[in-house]
Amino acid sequence: MTDMTVGSGFDAGPVPERAPEQRVRGYWQTVWQKLRYDYVTLFFMALIALIILSAVFAPLLAPIDPYKSSMVYRLKPIGYKQFILGTDEQGRDMLSRLLYGGRVSLTMGIVPVVLATSIGGLLGVLAGYLGGRPNTIIMRTMDVFFAFPSVLLAVAISGSLGNGIPNQLLTLTVVMIPPLCRVAETATSQIRGMDFVDAARASGASMPSILFRHVLINAISPVLVYASTLVSACILLASGLSFLGLGVPPPTPDWGLMLSTLRQAIYVQPLVCALPGVAILITSVAFNLVSDGLRQAMDVKG
Amino acid sequence: MTLMESFGSAATLVPPAGRPLVEVRDLGVSFVSREATVKAVNGVSFELMPGEVLCIIGESGSGKSVTMRSLMRLHPKRRTVMSGSMRVGDHDILSLSDREMNSIRGRTVSMVFQEPMTALDPVYSIGDQIAETVMRHEKCSRADAMKRALELLEFVKVPSPERRLKAFPHELSGGLRQRAMIAVALSCRPSLLLADEPTTALDATVQIQVLILLRKLQKEFGMAIILVTHDLGVAAQIADKVAVMYAGRIVEYGKVRDVLMNPAHPYTRGMLASTVHGQAKNTEIETIPGSPPDLRFLPPGCSFSPRCKYVLPECIAAVPPPIANGPDQVARCIRVGELPQTVRAGVA
Repeated sequence: MTDMTVGSGFDAGPVPERAPEQRVRGYWQTVWQKLRYDYVTLFFMALIALIILSAVFAPLLAPIDPYKSSMVYRLKPIGYKQFILGTDEQGRDMLSRLLYGGRVSLTMGIVPVVLATSIGGLLGVLAGYLGGRPNTIIMRTMDVFFAFPSVLLAVAISGSLGNGIPNQLLTLTVVMIPPLCRVAETATSQIRGMDFVDAARASGASMPSILFRHVLINAISPVLVYASTLVSACILLASGLSFLGLGVPPPTPDWGLMLSTLRQAIYVQPLVCALPGVAILITSVAFNLVSDGLRQAMDVKG
Repeated sequence: MTLMESFGSAATLVPPAGRPLVEVRDLGVSFVSREATVKAVNGVSFELMPGEVLCIIGESGSGKSVTMRSLMRLHPKRRTVMSGSMRVGDHDILSLSDREMNSIRGRTVSMVFQEPMTALDPVYSIGDQIAETVMRHEKCSRADAMKRALELLEFVKVPSPERRLKAFPHELSGGLRQRAMIAVALSCRPSLLLADEPTTALDATVQIQVLILLRKLQKEFGMAIILVTHDLGVAAQIADKVAVMYAGRIVEYGKVRDVLMNPAHPYTRGMLASTVHGQAKNTEIETIPGSPPDLRFLPPGCSFSPRCKYVLPECIAAVPPPIANGPDQVARCIRVGELPQTVRAGVA
């Protein structure tokens, strides 16, 4: 501590007694402290990591080429010979196809949400902070998109764009922007009215500095939490589009597409047919539970 | 950069003797919306010498906070109409550009807010928040700014300041938070500190500590303070001068002792009579009958006339001018001096 020998009767008074040094934790350390004992969230985080890793390393893990079909081994049950999870209606190995399908499905779940969070989040923060006319223009445009049910909107957009991975990513991004924008706008307009924004203005902060240093960073946590719940919704929506034939074209392995093509065989091999559905279910449940856990852990103020 | 260097040259920054630091002339503030125009402040004038403490007293909605926020131009631009003139130091507040205004905010004039919980950003540590203002105005490095932040925390008597520097607002008690808030406000050695009910959100024992601290810092820094409060005890404790506001006008202005001991305006009298100080136990607290006027439709004459027991027909015709009552006290009441003397001893 610096010596406070200041002239001209400049007396800081008796220096207060010092409490013993304590370790002070930062924001992310506090979040981690809370997460450490939340075993459910930790378990599902590990599960998501496992799913992502298995999709990334699918070429190494897949026992058989996912495109190799065989007329002999069609619709074999789980555990038949070398086919650990059975085969589909063209005799292709289910395990390999599920591993490769994860690549497409996870991409469809995560990429549109990331894109929509950046675009929708930014629009929402601007609308919420500026208020007035910019707010009206942005939010009423979003309301137009809200007028359509999300599935119908996705079907309409991807129906007019045609199928294929880039078009599906675009479709899902457009569908996800309005809800994220609205959450960001609500969070921002709450924060805009808070005293610390006024306090920042009163200490001479410029508009961009207030927007990025004080408003955005406070509005970001509800937006991120909401975005993580959208990942599972997005995977489901992407699977639904593939199921309807509006997503990725066959024979690309995709969980939704596999579910769609296998449905004719539901009476022949019910367990094998349900596998892509199980994969979708586990992934979306895992993302939902993790986002729930993160929401609780990130709410440091409470 | 140390506190000593930055605060030591205080004398050079104070304007020449005899010239007030703050001069507000006929300030009017109205908020315009589609439905109505609310005239929150209607012709407020006052002066403040360097190193003086002015308390603005009044009930909710009397325009005291609005007056103070006008000095920093914190009102939403689109919906506010301001008239009159305001000068702080050499700056004419109403004619400054936004950029010039930003360079004054936090440096020449800074502000302490009422609610320390919400006035500190929850995601930054106390040290970061002090350093932010220092870095913005003094263009110094982060390390220097943090050094200054530590000194400031010691200055506002926060115990174990090194640890508190890294603490987040939610980890501190209300009193400590308000001290941190004061440290942020003092970080660039302002010549005018605005405090908007700085003790209202604190509990009674902490209130007095914060007031004593403010008074002490004010003396050491030689800065002027404008303090908004509805607590007469606070005013008596800290103020040099008192302005009593009612419906957007200053109805009485003078030295704290004169105003609180010998109030000239019927509203000030009514307000002093309705405190619990100096009253016998178990007696009903006196109240002023009626309620404050609607700021959208102000009466043409004295705004207090509908509630005043000394009202005359002339009161309703025109707004009374400020009339002197002794050398250092003015009141906007045409019956100054005619009213029965009631010297009170309870408050001051």
